[in-house]
Amino acid sequence: MSHAHTSNTAKIWKVFGILSVVTIIEVILGIYKPDSLYHVHFLGLSLLNWIFYALTIFKAYYIVWSFMHLEGETASLRWSIVSPVIFLVLYLLFILLTEGDYIYGVFKDSIIKWNF
Amino acid sequence: MGATVTTANNDEKTWGGGHDIQPLGSSYGKMMMWFFIVSDALTFSGFLGAYGFSRFKFIETWPLADEVFTHFPFMHGVSAPMYYVALMTFILIFSSVTMVLAVDAGHQMKKNKVIVYMFLTIIGGLIFVGSQAWEWKNFIKGEYGAIETKGGSILQFVNKEGKQIALADFATHLPEEREQLSREKGTWFMEEAARPSFSVAEVQAGFKANPDILIRTEVITDQKTKTILSRAESEEKLAQAALVVEGANLIRNEYGNKLFADFFFFITGFHGFHVFSGVIINIIIFFNVLLGTYEKRKSYEMVEKVGLYWHFVDLVWVFVFTVFYLV
Repeated sequence: MSHAHTSNTAKIWKVFGILSVVTIIEVILGIYKPDSLYHVHFLGLSLLNWIFYALTIFKAYYIVWSFMHLEGETASLRWSIVSPVIFLVLYLLFILLTEGDYIYGVFKDSIIKWNF
Repeated sequence: MGATVTTANNDEKTWGGGHDIQPLGSSYGKMMMWFFIVSDALTFSGFLGAYGFSRFKFIETWPLADEVFTHFPFMHGVSAPMYYVALMTFILIFSSVTMVLAVDAGHQMKKNKVIVYMFLTIIGGLIFVGSQAWEWKNFIKGEYGAIETKGGSILQFVNKEGKQIALADFATHLPEEREQLSREKGTWFMEEAARPSFSVAEVQAGFKANPDILIRTEVITDQKTKTILSRAESEEKLAQAALVVEGANLIRNEYGNKLFADFFFFITGFHGFHVFSGVIINIIIFFNVLLGTYEKRKSYEMVEKVGLYWHFVDLVWVFVFTVFYLV
């Protein structure tokens, strides 16, 4: 808020450039799907998917920090917004994905045929 | 009252406690917009988490996005995955840029600039919602058609090159009569959903007449493509056919797992609803700017607040894009 009256136009276009470049990289990777990334797995996800998620977080960071101007807020407001979201999302993903994978195993190893 | 009512003497950023007191250094309205966004972000996280749950549960049979979203306007029959949704992403990012430029112009009290940028933002939002409607239309209409077995799995048809073909390409017309049950013919308010173009028997007969056609199942191979059965296995599978499925809705889905369609409709629909309501709120604020309301208040903070909401919509799309189209 301190520099509320100076123009940030140059910075806005810079962030737009960053977001566009990242999106273009995502689309190119999504179309070509390089074998070395697509077929190599780490913790149940292909490297390509890890890259996609990393780029998504990167974009989200720029949108929140710059466009939503969280960088200009006080540290206390920043943390009261960011920390609950990060904690709860990580927790939610952990329990849901673990459980989904477990149920996959239950179906796969069961004596009942469920997909035919 | 002092916290919510805004007057012409620039008390907008004042809480009930007086001029100097601003918890977390923020005005009431802005902070509440932030906390609303936090709760909404958690709602979307719940939806996307549930999608992840179902996907991990059916990890071996989940539809491949590249085979589902392949359309691009004015390019009929060309398989162009990613391009259209990439375009939609750019439209939304760009409308986010014009929104942040409007906020920036508001800080400098440049009314005319705010008007232009907000107008561009609204146009961008409308184009995005329209694009999403088109995407839905293609998904609902379907492209090739498929067979659903008694067990509920989907069988698609491929030619000998392994390229998917439509039911209309090979199904024969049998001289069978099967009338659509509509309300006026029913005994008691009975009707049925629109019947598919072909019956199961017609598809089976067409399959028998074309020895080159094979069946592709939902099962994903090590090479991350769908399994194509041999002719003998295909015949065996097709004997278990129960329904002809064309397009996707909340109950049937020609592209594969039904949950995929359900989550697609629910999550992109909920996001589209956010975009739509964002456009409406932007229009309201746009007219307030035109009328000079914020000029009188000597503060364009309302533009900043709707800007927060609008960027949030963009933020959610970044995740929806990744989850539905990329991974």
